[in-house]
Amino acid sequence: MIQLFKLALRNLGRNRRRSFFSALALGIGLALLMLMAAFVEGEMGSAIDLAIRLQSGHLQVRAASYDETKGSLKWQDLIENPEQLAAQVAALPQVRVATPRLFASGFVAVRDSSTGVRVWGIDPASPANEPYRQGLLSGEFLKADDRQGILIGLSLADRLKLKPGDTLTLSINTSSGDIVEQPFTVRGIFTTGTASFDRVTVLLPLSKAQTMAQAENHASTIFILLSDKSQADAVAQAIQTPNYKVLTWLEMNELIMQTEEMASGYMVFLYLIVLVITATVTMNALIMAVFERTREIGILAAIGMKGRRIMAMFLAESTLLATGGIILGILLGLLIVGYFTRYGFYIGEFGINTFYIANRIYTKLTVEDTLNLVALSFIITLLAGVYPALMAARMEPVEALRGGE
Amino acid sequence: MEVAKVENATRVYKTGKVETHALRGVSLTIENGEFTALVGPSGSGKTTLLQLIGCLDQPTSGRVFIKGKEVSKLNRNQRADLRRRELGFIFQFFALIPTLSAYENVEMPLLLAGQSAAERRQRVMELLKAVDLTERAHHRPDQLSGGEQQRVAIARALATNPTIILADEPTANLDTANGKQVMDIMTRLNQETGVTFIFATHDPRVIQYARRVITLRDGMVAENGAQQPHTGD
Ligand SMILES: Nc1ncnc2c1ncn2[C@@H]1O[C@H](COP(=O)(O)OP(=O)(O)O)[C@@H](O)[C@H]1O
Ligand SMILES: [Mg+2]
Repeated sequence: MIQLFKLALRNLGRNRRRSFFSALALGIGLALLMLMAAFVEGEMGSAIDLAIRLQSGHLQVRAASYDETKGSLKWQDLIENPEQLAAQVAALPQVRVATPRLFASGFVAVRDSSTGVRVWGIDPASPANEPYRQGLLSGEFLKADDRQGILIGLSLADRLKLKPGDTLTLSINTSSGDIVEQPFTVRGIFTTGTASFDRVTVLLPLSKAQTMAQAENHASTIFILLSDKSQADAVAQAIQTPNYKVLTWLEMNELIMQTEEMASGYMVFLYLIVLVITATVTMNALIMAVFERTREIGILAAIGMKGRRIMAMFLAESTLLATGGIILGILLGLLIVGYFTRYGFYIGEFGINTFYIANRIYTKLTVEDTLNLVALSFIITLLAGVYPALMAARMEPVEALRGGE
Repeated sequence: MEVAKVENATRVYKTGKVETHALRGVSLTIENGEFTALVGPSGSGKTTLLQLIGCLDQPTSGRVFIKGKEVSKLNRNQRADLRRRELGFIFQFFALIPTLSAYENVEMPLLLAGQSAAERRQRVMELLKAVDLTERAHHRPDQLSGGEQQRVAIARALATNPTIILADEPTANLDTANGKQVMDIMTRLNQETGVTFIFATHDPRVIQYARRVITLRDGMVAENGAQQPHTGD
């Protein structure tokens, strides 16, 4: 066994450059796959986190008849006395924050340009507003009793060339189906680092939004954050009431979860493609080695080496190549992934309303992904070595001896 | 004792539609301890015959026996085992493994035979001494002269104490002095250990070492000489 690997190592040493490059091919392939896996993990992880932070929360309580896609403001589709319900929910030990929010649709006009927006009435004091409060770029945050102030996202501000202190006209659809219009002063500009959110969302104090939409003392939802998102089902059970429905983050983000599942399916496919390519490089190097060493194989067969052992000799070479390649790959992969985990990967303003993608993605490499990739590339490289090894083992000693003459 | 027997062996090579009759019915018997030259012009079938006796190849018709065992009845692995146990090879080209030192080349058949490290070490040193290469033990083949490489090959052929050593024109690529040294060593080993040597050659200076000469012509035995006793020089 030891002799076998010693021999294999020396044989690889005969053509150092070829051995190095075939190990490197595997290394680069593996590093690339580690980066891909880390990118998807980072992207998907952040997609769910973003969706929870910006949009869905961990739980939402809504009127049974509320339809998110219609965004109805009719009273029967809303929650009555939302502050009271929010306070009750917030009293549960697993709940970190519970706050009412009112959603309306409208558009913002400045001078001669206008654009459609979603209007969110929020309780300015609630810690649930952290993503917007922290992302405040200029101006100041809303106050509960502000009747003229509005917060807008960075992308929207850029588009309409607005800065704090500027005025805009906001029109919204009311619960009676009318459209009301009113001037507002931009109090501040925020960014969530997610262009698809910032472009369409404007924030008003809840009470102002309620008056304007003629939905006093009503809210579209109770937005709830838990201290641990795995508690979502348990808490949902606890706050179930006949008139209202409770949605968990899993239900509200089905699209993301499905996309994630699909993406992992595609990833396996991609892994296989990349690894088959690197395995071809290894196979090629080994086949060349078998041809070059035809006469040697003949000599070894002549002095009594059996096919099995000749095969083992070449398999030992592919094992060493695989090991070398994997070590190179892990080093290279950690280096590259480490960089992007730290500095992120700017992908630009991307994503759609229902699927937030951060402008910058931080890669995240899991131990599980790494081990899977290492095992997969090891196995595939070994498989690539089987054919050349069989070729060597099946040579007839006379033919092999003549091969070198 | 008969160590090798060839019975009416033919060997036909097919290359495309061309058939070459390399051997056309060869019969001969080799006794233990012989030092026999296989002579004949180039193309007369010497190499082919050595390959049949060496179990590297099979006759198209006829039979080959090694120590009474019929070779064609053995499978690939059994033939490999037979080669390892009973046969040693010396080729015209210096057939060493280039990545291994002289020592390791000689050790290889012992490794294949599953001998322990201590046994191997002792045997390899003994063999290298017999071919006068103790000092060159850790040189790679490319650091050795042709004569030295051929002596390593002799040591390797002898390693597992085979019954027969087959040498195909062992001196053809050597100068006179080295050729003589190789033949002297082979003669000495034959006398000291009793191992049977069969060597193919068409060099008259080599033929004179033989105690028996078998002449091939056109794939047939033209002259089958008798074994002469040791000259006692
Ligand atoms: N593999 C082969 N394919 C076709 N012809 C061969 C092969 N090996 C040997 N021959 C032919 O068989 C004949 C005998 O060859 P060989 O045994 O090598 O003779 P020698 O060793 O006496 O020179 C020659 O005509 C040679 O060309
Ligand atoms: Mg020949």
